[in-house]
Amino acid sequence: MIGYALAFAFACVALALLLALFRLLAGPTRADRVLALDTMVINAIALIILFGIHQTSKTYFEAALLLAMVGFVGTVAYCKFLLRGDIVE
Amino acid sequence: MSLVGELVISLLIVLGSAFALIGSWGLVRLPSLMTRLHGPTKATTLGVGGCLIASMIYFPASGANWSAHELLIALFLFITAPVSANMIAKAHLHRQRYRLDPDAEDGIKDDLPPPGHDTGWATFWSRSDPPAL
Repeated sequence: MIGYALAFAFACVALALLLALFRLLAGPTRADRVLALDTMVINAIALIILFGIHQTSKTYFEAALLLAMVGFVGTVAYCKFLLRGDIVE
Repeated sequence: MSLVGELVISLLIVLGSAFALIGSWGLVRLPSLMTRLHGPTKATTLGVGGCLIASMIYFPASGANWSAHELLIALFLFITAPVSANMIAKAHLHRQRYRLDPDAEDGIKDDLPPPGHDTGWATFWSRSDPPAL
């Protein structure tokens, strides 16, 4: 049963990534693109966690934690750049 | 693993991934950035939370030791999602104030209303009178 649920979940998250990719390419504003990148990072974290369940391996949590941190810092850096034209002042 | 455990885990996985999909669908469908912010920050975060709870139940149920990794990821995501949404909204307001992205599809063609004080909306100094440094 978990196998079927995982297959459904992989399809859903992959579709979600594609939708976010559409918003990343289409824009129209720059903040939209930043938001789309943030969403893609969150979806990638979900994908990694689901893959960890699929493989019954705990190694993937480190990757998910790392991606959560780096994704947040990246989003804040992009926004800071849009706001101030500089990241570290 | 018992049938009830499998049922709960499957339900959480399906619910979580469906919420992630709904959040990204909102990102595509909603009309302007301020509405689009709602999709990823609420639905997608909830979806990841569902997947994390599923894996938090799955690993102890399949014989592994319980660990706090999932809880750490969930806590971190739930703390950072509103912060990054606020940052994106601030960047958008700033760019809208200076009309660098006159965006007809946004439906917002007027300037922002006056904030009532001299520091602008959530950003820094106003356009007309920057501070004398």
